[in-house]
Amino acid sequence: MPAIVINGKSYEVSAEPETPLLWVLRGELKLTGTKYGCGIAACGACTVHLDGQPIRSCVTPLSAVGSKAVTTIEGVSGAEADALNTAWNDGDVVQCGYCQTGQLMSACALLRTTPSPTDQDIDEAMSGNICRCGTYPRIRAAIHAAAAARTPTV
Amino acid sequence: MSRFPTLDRREFLRVSALAGGGLLLGAWLDFGTNGMLEAAEAPLTDGEFSPNAFIRIAPSGSITIMAKNPEIGQGIKTMLPMLIAEELDVDWSAITIEQAMSEPAKYGSQVAGGSTATPTNWEPLRKAGAAGRQMLVAAAAQAWNVPAAECTTASGVVTHKASNRQMTYGALATAAAAMPAPDMATVTLKDPKNFRIIGKPMTGVDNHKVVTGQPLFGIDVVVPNMVYGTFEKCPVFAGKAVSANLDEIKALPGVKNAFIVDGGTVLNGLLSGVAILADTWWAAKSARTKLKVTWEEGATAQQSSAAFKAKAIELFTQAPARALRADGDVNGAFAAATKTVEATYEYPFLAHATLEPQNCTASFTNDAIEIWAPTQNPQSGRVLVSKTLGIAEKDVAIHITRSGGGFGRRLNNDYMVEAAMIAKLAGVPVKLLWTREDDIRHDFYRPAGFHKLKGAVDASGKLTAWQNHFVTFSNNGTDFVPSAGMDGTEFPSLAVANRNVSVSTMPLGVPTGYLRAPGSNALAFVNESFIDELAHAARKDPLQFRLELLAQLPTETPRGAMVPSRMKGVLEQVAQKSGWGTRKLPKGSGMGIAAYFSHRGYFAEVVEVNVSRAGALTVKKVWAVGDVGSQIINPSGAMNQVEGSVIDGIGEALAQEITIEAGRAKQSNFNDFPLIRLKQVPVIDVSFRITEYPPTGMGEPALPPVVPALCNAIFAATGKRIRSLPLTKHNLSWA
Repeated sequence: MPAIVINGKSYEVSAEPETPLLWVLRGELKLTGTKYGCGIAACGACTVHLDGQPIRSCVTPLSAVGSKAVTTIEGVSGAEADALNTAWNDGDVVQCGYCQTGQLMSACALLRTTPSPTDQDIDEAMSGNICRCGTYPRIRAAIHAAAAARTPTV
Repeated sequence: MSRFPTLDRREFLRVSALAGGGLLLGAWLDFGTNGMLEAAEAPLTDGEFSPNAFIRIAPSGSITIMAKNPEIGQGIKTMLPMLIAEELDVDWSAITIEQAMSEPAKYGSQVAGGSTATPTNWEPLRKAGAAGRQMLVAAAAQAWNVPAAECTTASGVVTHKASNRQMTYGALATAAAAMPAPDMATVTLKDPKNFRIIGKPMTGVDNHKVVTGQPLFGIDVVVPNMVYGTFEKCPVFAGKAVSANLDEIKALPGVKNAFIVDGGTVLNGLLSGVAILADTWWAAKSARTKLKVTWEEGATAQQSSAAFKAKAIELFTQAPARALRADGDVNGAFAAATKTVEATYEYPFLAHATLEPQNCTASFTNDAIEIWAPTQNPQSGRVLVSKTLGIAEKDVAIHITRSGGGFGRRLNNDYMVEAAMIAKLAGVPVKLLWTREDDIRHDFYRPAGFHKLKGAVDASGKLTAWQNHFVTFSNNGTDFVPSAGMDGTEFPSLAVANRNVSVSTMPLGVPTGYLRAPGSNALAFVNESFIDELAHAARKDPLQFRLELLAQLPTETPRGAMVPSRMKGVLEQVAQKSGWGTRKLPKGSGMGIAAYFSHRGYFAEVVEVNVSRAGALTVKKVWAVGDVGSQIINPSGAMNQVEGSVIDGIGEALAQEITIEAGRAKQSNFNDFPLIRLKQVPVIDVSFRITEYPPTGMGEPALPPVVPALCNAIFAATGKRIRSLPLTKHNLSWA
């Protein structure tokens, strides 16, 4: 049985190697914060981090995970994640909320590489994540707010 | 037997129901039961106070407010409890909000649809809170032996100022439970100027759970011993499964069972298909790739979008089947006109594409079923499950989960009855989850439609004739299929003396249903675009042309009809906000205006676009002004709804289309049914015009005008008139 590392913890999983990581997380491990939206990497609802990089878990087979560290919404932490969480709450971003965990995982990866993103940086990093409710203006504003909260004021 | 027994608190319940229910029944149709003031049936611990189904106060001081309606992203789980908390006079931060199960006898209507929750709950839920407050005050007054009128409340505390005494609601809970329920006619409500919760921007009560990924949605439900299911239906709507390689499927890894489910021909009932159950959903879905089914496709296999269009064009050459509204002398007005304009408009079928695919979890035992469903309409789901499974309605218990989007899709409960029947046949709890492909291919689509329009203007630029021949769908020539109808009074019909609004129909085997602002989302595009055409023909500013049309409407409007002064108000405000008519834009840039009344709400919107010479469209900015009455209950949620509606409408117009070919949907996922993405979204300026009318709902009315405002802006920028959607069909390049 392969062992995978999720949110810093090692799990032995029984799924076949070709099983998408999404269904290992949602099914076997009951980590349901990562969502199924399309199954073809077109909506971003299933975004998790693999060694810190945002990936679409619905098309990432278990065999491609290997010993790389998987981080899901249940385990994401650190200054960027905290700032985003606060900004998402304060900005009342959520409508139905289904896409938002994937949005946050993409946004967190963005802020870790680009602490003060421009609108264009946000367009590029976030346009793989669909929000069917159209909370996009608030997502953009929350990312800017989180970045500002992380940037030391002079 | 029922596994959901009623608890033994009937005597108290009867008293309060008798004392309170009658008035509500008479005043509020949506509370069509007198259960409004029944006490909560959740087991109360000793000394708890539950003046009605919506409020529970424990001696410890904990206050629970029930959220009755399904939360689908419209913010109702936050907004409705605000009404109760305001009048109960408790701090928003001090309460716990719980999602109610589907129990209409206790909560009244629990449907998320038609933007109805605000108008139907605005008064009853405030009265529910006020009645609770009044009983707590009565308990305190009795304890202190002072007149109730001398007691005041604030933040969950009753105060008698003269004697400097205070008691918390928790301390009063036991005594309050023994007080008679007040006559609802005597329950007084706060003066709005004293509101402390209503009108304040409140963040969503489940935001923290959402952003930390806690299980909330139907897809997240786990029940003991459940298996995972997938269900393959005939790609042709309502086709029947004749046979399948079930033995082969049952031998695949993880598969527990596979069987054919018989179905009927009612499109929103149980349809035939093949169920595969496995110990993981991925195993079930993997097995499905090996599934081979022989289908009996049925007559719908002969239908296609291309054939509908061809038939519509043919019908346009004939006299309409029937008139919806005919007055004056249309032909005479055309003959006398200075200018006539004719145009044909069309729009496609659309899917809802809720981001959470349809799903439902069901557990069937001993002729009773327990269901966990993301549904907008649990009441109709209960009836459907009861009838289809042949069990009593009281033995269908429905837990309302959060829905990952609704948009009208989950007003139908097809996925619920599928899960219920599969669980019954399998004899184990089943979690049914549709694939995205199932979801796009088995929707209740916004119906396509075709309109042949003709208008006339006289020498003064006044609209003197309006003619609309609508070709839509009906299977008996009389009743429109769901969401495919039109009213002959659609604006601007009543503003024109000579009018002829008529209809011809074609049969349809494709399921249709209610997509956000149903009817309006298509008719606004047609009518508000053609009004723009007529304004240009009349050489008038499109805003001015609309204001003149509004002035021609009868001032006495029947109840529920558009009030012209309110539409005028939002048009003038959006013109002022957007600088309409004051900015000179270069070719390739343009502004368009449109306004629409739907779901009791008035929205006027201006869209500014830029179109490159090569035809690349950028939607730059949208100004939206709404009139939904005297009070914006939760400004944060309301703004979010308007922004979302505007973005939704732009997304539909840009690229969305469901094409029917050989009786099936051609599109199947976000690669061929593209949803709008962040980089396509304009800046949106939202404002409200406060009027003296009672508050109305926010889920829908902001959507319809954005589509024609966008198309009218494209015309202003390029001179190209958009008469069919989506925009991806058009070459917008200009020289």
